[in-house]
Amino acid sequence: MTSPMQANTANTSPVIATEGLRKHFGTVEVLKGIDFSARDGEVISILGASGSGKSTFLRCLNLLEMPSAGRLHIFGEEVGLRAGKDRLRIANRRQVDRLRTQVAMVFQNFCLWSHMTVLENLMEAPVHVQGRSRAEIREEAEAMLARVGLTARRDAYPAQLSGGQQQRAAIARALVMKPRVLLFDEPTSALDPELVGEVLKVMRDLADEGRTMLIVTHEMAFARDVSSRILFLDQGQIGAEGTPQQLFGGGHNPRFDQFVSRFNQG
Amino acid sequence: MTPGTFELLGFGPQGWGFLLLKAAGTTIAAAICGFFLGSLFGLLGAALKLSSLLAPRMIGQFYTTIFRGVPEILIVYLLFFGGSVAVTQVMNLGGFPGFYSLPVFVIGVIAIGLVSGAYQTEAYRSAFLRLNRGQIEAGAACGMPRHLLLRRIIAPQTLRFALPALGNIWQSVLKETSLLSVIGLTELLRQAGTAAGSTRQPLLFYGIAAILFLIIGRMTGAALGGLERHLAKPWSR
Ligand SMILES: Nc1ncnc2c1ncn2[C@@H]1O[C@H](COP(=O)(O)OP(=O)(O)OP(=O)(O)O)[C@@H](O)[C@H]1O
Ligand SMILES: [Mg+2]
Repeated sequence: MTSPMQANTANTSPVIATEGLRKHFGTVEVLKGIDFSARDGEVISILGASGSGKSTFLRCLNLLEMPSAGRLHIFGEEVGLRAGKDRLRIANRRQVDRLRTQVAMVFQNFCLWSHMTVLENLMEAPVHVQGRSRAEIREEAEAMLARVGLTARRDAYPAQLSGGQQQRAAIARALVMKPRVLLFDEPTSALDPELVGEVLKVMRDLADEGRTMLIVTHEMAFARDVSSRILFLDQGQIGAEGTPQQLFGGGHNPRFDQFVSRFNQG
Repeated sequence: MTPGTFELLGFGPQGWGFLLLKAAGTTIAAAICGFFLGSLFGLLGAALKLSSLLAPRMIGQFYTTIFRGVPEILIVYLLFFGGSVAVTQVMNLGGFPGFYSLPVFVIGVIAIGLVSGAYQTEAYRSAFLRLNRGQIEAGAACGMPRHLLLRRIIAPQTLRFALPALGNIWQSVLKETSLLSVIGLTELLRQAGTAAGSTRQPLLFYGIAAILFLIIGRMTGAALGGLERHLAKPWSR
């Protein structure tokens, strides 16, 4: 327990931290040893070229993807991982399931449960995973839907909603679990351009509230305005890290500047 | 004086009505039991075929190949004779000499279960493959343990996707119960045959049997159709 991550007081100790996180698919090394930590209240945008390992990294944080090597701490607690054939394995499913209730994820393709209404989607995990009472949850779910502007659509099924509405519902679904961290994997990439704004607005509000958020995104302006920190992934490594002012000011990291200028042209 | 058609089909002393209804009941019971046993085999078969390991996949493949490939009537015969041989051997070994056999209803249900299970394997397997992996991941990401994922996400969606195919399988199961007449189960076809023989009115009784099959099929089909529409509602716009 010599990790520097644990030597902190409660309110500054990292919410999520990785040490030497590696991941390979077959012979392709996608993450080449990532040391990272996020503190309470940080809004971190994860940027990088396509294929640089952003999604893989984010998915390793809640173990939807199993890393090949490295260590993972969530809320100061080391996540038990044991060696497997070609990747690490979950040592204790209960620990992971418990932590996952506090680390919510919002997916590129929304991934609402299509056989449930919007309201049912929101109530599912709090009721069945967290064991909270229906009555209590229903009230909170309704409030959450009001917040993302979906009160009128609460009894609709996901297939009956627009992409933007589905993503707002998915964010509400994540929020009703009262998570301590929110992970977003390109939450606006599957949306028609005119629907991107409504989702970004909800996310901006969450950031303003002081929520801890890790956001993989290609929305440069949003990342610059909203983030407290930028993590630039470059070929499976941290290519640059810093505040938006530091990085977007230019001259901090040539690879990042190149990435941004290519992005602005493209 | 020979009894008229009405009397023959009625419930009086000359009538076959009661026996026909009872036989229809046997048909329905055999079909339902066989179909649900088949669901068990089908879910097991699908799980085997979807396994990431080779050996279970091969066992699953073997099962569906055999029971879809061999004519059902042969399966019925093989189970009937094989079943008696097996039970007799066990009883003889246990110190009870003589010849034994299983009740034909049980043999019939097992035969229907095995054959329809092979078809249901494919229905469940392809329904499972249609599931959206992201929705399962979303459940896992909320901390759902596996049993909850299975019960709350995977099972309802798999059932919904499998239901049209299951409806077709049900209709053929219903018809194929008539094969069980060959081992002496008094289901609809066999009862109609008995009545036809003793009254010398084959057209009347086989015709009635056909109508009863149709009625049972339409009624259960309508119920399944209703369930299908109900479950499909979330996917419609
Ligand atoms: N399940 C997988 N099997 C094999 N290779 C994979 C798998 N998932 C990702 N990869 C590979 O890993 C690399 C990183 O993928 P990843 O999805 O993390 O990139 P990304 O930075 O999120 O890209 P994008 O911006 O396009 O979403 C890519 O080369 C990709 O092809
Ligand atoms: Mg990605």
